[in-house]
Amino acid sequence: MLARSQYYLLAALAASFVASLFSGSFNSYFLDVAVTCGINITLAVSLNLINGYTGQFSLGHAGFMAIGAYSASLLTTNFGGKLLPLVGGQTWIFFPLALYAGGVVASVAGLLVGVPTLRLRGDYLAIVTLGFGEIIRVLLQNVDAVGGARGLIGIPDYTTLFWTFGLAAITVYTVWALVNSTYGRGFIAVSNDEIAAEAMGINTTRYKITAFVVGAFFAGLAGGIYAHFKQYIAPQGFGFDKSIEIVVMVILGGMGNNVGVIIAAILLTVLTETLRQFGDYRMILYSLLIIVLMIARPQGLFTWTGWKRKSA
Amino acid sequence: MSEFLQQLINGLSLGAIYALIALGYTMVYGVLRFINFAHSDVFMVGAFVGYYAIEKWHLPANSIGGGLLALAMAMAICAALGVLIERFAYRPLRGRSTLSVLITAIGVSLLLQNVAQNRQIGFGPNPKAFPNLFPYSNFHLGALTVSSNQVIVLIVTLVLLAALYFIVNHTRTGTAMRALSFNPTAASLVGINNDFIISFTFALGSSLAAAGGILYALNYPSIDPLMGTLPGLKAFVAAVLGGIGNLPGAAVGGVVLGLVETLVVACGGSTYRDAVAFGVLILILLVRPSGLLGKAEREKV
Amino acid sequence: MPPLLELDRVTIRFGGLTAVSELTAHVGGHELVGLIGPNGAGKTTVFNLITGVYQPTSGDIRFAGESLVGRKPYQITGRNIARTFQNIRLFPSLSVFDNVRVAFHLHVKHDAVHSLTRFRAFHAEEKEIAAQTMELLDIFDLGKFRDEPAKSLPYGSQRRLEIVRALATKPKLLLLDEPAAGMNPTEKTELTKLIRFIKDKFQIAVLLVEHDMQVVMGICERIAVLDYGVKIAEGTPTEVRANPKVIEAYLGEEPTPG
Ligand SMILES: Nc1ncnc2c1ncn2[C@@H]1O[C@H](COP(=O)(O)OP(=O)(O)OP(=O)(O)O)[C@@H](O)[C@H]1O
Ligand SMILES: [Mg+2]
Repeated sequence: MLARSQYYLLAALAASFVASLFSGSFNSYFLDVAVTCGINITLAVSLNLINGYTGQFSLGHAGFMAIGAYSASLLTTNFGGKLLPLVGGQTWIFFPLALYAGGVVASVAGLLVGVPTLRLRGDYLAIVTLGFGEIIRVLLQNVDAVGGARGLIGIPDYTTLFWTFGLAAITVYTVWALVNSTYGRGFIAVSNDEIAAEAMGINTTRYKITAFVVGAFFAGLAGGIYAHFKQYIAPQGFGFDKSIEIVVMVILGGMGNNVGVIIAAILLTVLTETLRQFGDYRMILYSLLIIVLMIARPQGLFTWTGWKRKSA
Repeated sequence: MSEFLQQLINGLSLGAIYALIALGYTMVYGVLRFINFAHSDVFMVGAFVGYYAIEKWHLPANSIGGGLLALAMAMAICAALGVLIERFAYRPLRGRSTLSVLITAIGVSLLLQNVAQNRQIGFGPNPKAFPNLFPYSNFHLGALTVSSNQVIVLIVTLVLLAALYFIVNHTRTGTAMRALSFNPTAASLVGINNDFIISFTFALGSSLAAAGGILYALNYPSIDPLMGTLPGLKAFVAAVLGGIGNLPGAAVGGVVLGLVETLVVACGGSTYRDAVAFGVLILILLVRPSGLLGKAEREKV
Repeated sequence: MPPLLELDRVTIRFGGLTAVSELTAHVGGHELVGLIGPNGAGKTTVFNLITGVYQPTSGDIRFAGESLVGRKPYQITGRNIARTFQNIRLFPSLSVFDNVRVAFHLHVKHDAVHSLTRFRAFHAEEKEIAAQTMELLDIFDLGKFRDEPAKSLPYGSQRRLEIVRALATKPKLLLLDEPAAGMNPTEKTELTKLIRFIKDKFQIAVLLVEHDMQVVMGICERIAVLDYGVKIAEGTPTEVRANPKVIEAYLGEEPTPG
C-alpha cells in the first residue's frame, strides 16, 4: 500500500523513463534546455528546503553542487576503469552509485557548514555561506588533482532525461514529504519564529542541520547530473552567480512554495536562454529583473499570501 | 625588525583603505540594519571616476591639485550614486524583511558590475592602468621604503576620519544619524526626517568608498569592473570585526584586518591572502559575534 | 515531595541592571499562582528564566525536584513546562490547525524517515494527532478557523490560540504572560473562566502574569508581587491587596492600563 504522493512519484519516474526512450528524436538544443531545467528544479527545490521552509538564508548552494559534481566525476572519470567492472560494466548501476557518493560528500559539507553557522541569522548567515561557496571554488581552482582552474574534462556522458527528471521528482517528493507531516511542520515553525519554536519543544538546531544536510545532498546529486551532461566542469561554473541564480528561482517562485519554485526554475532557465540574444545586455536585464521583482513582488510571483517571514 | 616595520607600514595603508570602505557598511547598517551589498561596487565606480578624470576629462596627472580634484569628483559622483541607489532600490523596500533588501542589494551590485562591464554604456570588461594622480616618489628611512602613495593614503584617510568624526559628533545631522541608529521610531517621533538622514548616510558612506577606491587604485594600479568584490568583502569583514554599526569599530577593524592580511602574506602565506578575511570572519562570528567594540544585541522576548 | 516549581534565590543581571534579584518562590502541583508587579518589574524575565531563554546569573530553578539551569528551552518544554508570550508569538504563516499540530511535536513517534516512507503507522499517528488537535481547537472554539493562517485571526483569538498551542505540548505547568492584554471586558471575563477551566480540566498548575487586577484577584489562589526584580509581598489576594508595600509600589509608578 503506497501513499497517494508515492504514486505521483512513481508516475513521474515512469514519465521520465518514457521521455528518456524518445530522447533520440528531440533536437539537441531542446534536450539541452530540458536537462538544464531538470537540474535547476532539483537545485531550486532543495534550496527551498533550506531557504524557504527553514528560513536559513544560504548563498552557497553552488558550492554543494560543485562538491557533488567533482566527487561523482572523479569516481566515474578517474576510477571508472576500476570501478565499472565491479558492477558488471553496467552504467545504469554505476552512475547512480557515483551520483549518490557525490551527494553524500556534499551533505557532509552541508553538515560542516551548518553546524558552526547555526547561531547566525539572516544576512550574516548569507555572507558566511557565500564565503563558504567562494572557498570551495578557490580550493578547486588550486587543486591540480581535479584539474585546477582548467577544470575536469572527459567525463562520461551518463546523464539522460530519466536520471535528470527522476532526480528532480525524487527531490520534489522528498522536500514535500518532509515538510508535510507533524514532524515536518517544525521546519516552517523554525523559519517563522525560533523562540516560539523552541518553546514548543522543537530542537531548532537539529532542524536547521537536517535542512542543510538534505538540501546539500540533493544539490550534490544535481551537480553530478550536470557534470555527466556537460562532460566538462570547471570551478568558475559554480561561483557566486550560480548560487544567486538558484536563490532567485526560490524567491521568484515564493519561499516555501514548491510548485511556484518549480515553475520559476523552468521559467528562469528558459528566460536565460532567451536573454542570450541580448548579448552583453543579458546580465543587466537579469539584475534589473531581480531588483524590480523584489520591489514589486517580494513574496514571489506564485504566492498570493503575504511575505511570511516576520522581521523582528 | 626593519622587515617587520616595513610590513607594518604596508599593512597600515591597506588597513586604512579597508577602514574607509568598512565605515560605509557600518553606517548603513547602523541606520537601516542591512548589509549594503552594492557598496563594494560604489568603491569600484570611485576608482573609475578617478581614471576618467585624468584620462578623459584631462585633469593634470602627477599633481597634487589634479589628484585632489579627481578625489573630490569621485567622492561627489559616488555620493550621488549612493543616494540614487537608496532612493530607487532600497527605499521602496523599507520595513520589509532584511532578506528582501539583501537580495535587492545583490541585484544592485550585479547591475553596477554588469553595466560597468558593458562596452557601449559602461567601462568595458578589460582592466585599465590607473594613472598616477599624485606626484610619485619613494622615501627611504634606513632600510624602510615608503612610497608617497602610501603616505597619501594615510593622510587622506586621517583627514576623512577627522571630518567624519566632526560630522557625526558635532553637527545636527550627525546627531540625528546617531539618534536614528539608536531608535528609528523615537527618532521620527522627535521630528527627525528619517528619509533625509538615510540619504545623507548613503552619501557619506559612498563618498568614503569612492575615496577608498581611488586610494586602492593608487597602490594597485589596475582597475576593472569586478575589482570591488574582494576589497568590499574584506571591508565587510572589517566592519563585523569591529562590531557592525559601530563607527570607531569599523576603523579599528579595517586596520587590524589590513595588518593581519599583510603579516600572513609576509610569513609566506600569499596563496591564502584572500582566505584570511574569511577565516577572521568565521572566527569572530563564532567567538564574539558582536565584534571587538560592538555590544551584543539580544532579542526581546 | 518538593513543590512542582521552585525558584531558589534566582538572580539575573543584564550589564548593570539586576532584573531579578534573589527571587525565591514556588508553585505547587495544582496551584494557580499570580505574579504581578509594575512595568519592568521583571515578570517576563522570570518566565524567560524558567523556560531557559535566559540563564540565571546565580541561584537555582527546580522543576519536580530537578534543576532546569543550563537546559535549552526545547528541553524544558520537554519536561512539561509550556508558556505563552507577552507579545504574541504564533507561527504566522502556519494555519491555526498547524500551529497546534506542530506543538504535539514532542509526542510524535515519527521523524524525517517516517515522513518519507509514509507507512501505515505514520498515517495512523497523523490521524490521531489531527483528531487531538481538532479536539483542543473545538474546546476553545477555534475549530472554525482551522485553515486560516494564524496571523489573520482577530487579536483575542490569537491569544487563545497561543494558550491552546501551549496546552498541546501537554504541560504540567503553564506560564501565561499577560493573556488579558488588549482584550475587552467581555473577553476578559471569558478568559478568567477559561483559565480556571484549563486548570481543572487538564489538571495542571498555572503561573499567571497579568496587569489586570480583576483577572488576577479573581482567580489566583496565591499572588507574588515583584518590584524592581525583588519580591516585595506574597499571599492571598486579600492579603496582597491590603499590603502597604504593594500599594506604594503601584502608586509610585504610573498607573498601568487595563
Ligand atoms: N535581554 C535583556 N537585556 C537587557 N535588559 C533586559 C532584557 N530583558 C529584560 N530586560 C530588562 O529587565 C527589566 C525587567 O523586564 P521585564 O520584561 O521582565 O519586565 P516585566 O515585569 O515583564 O514588565 P512589563 O509589565 O512591562 O511586561 C526591564 O528593565 C528590562 O528592560
Ligand atoms: Mg512583561
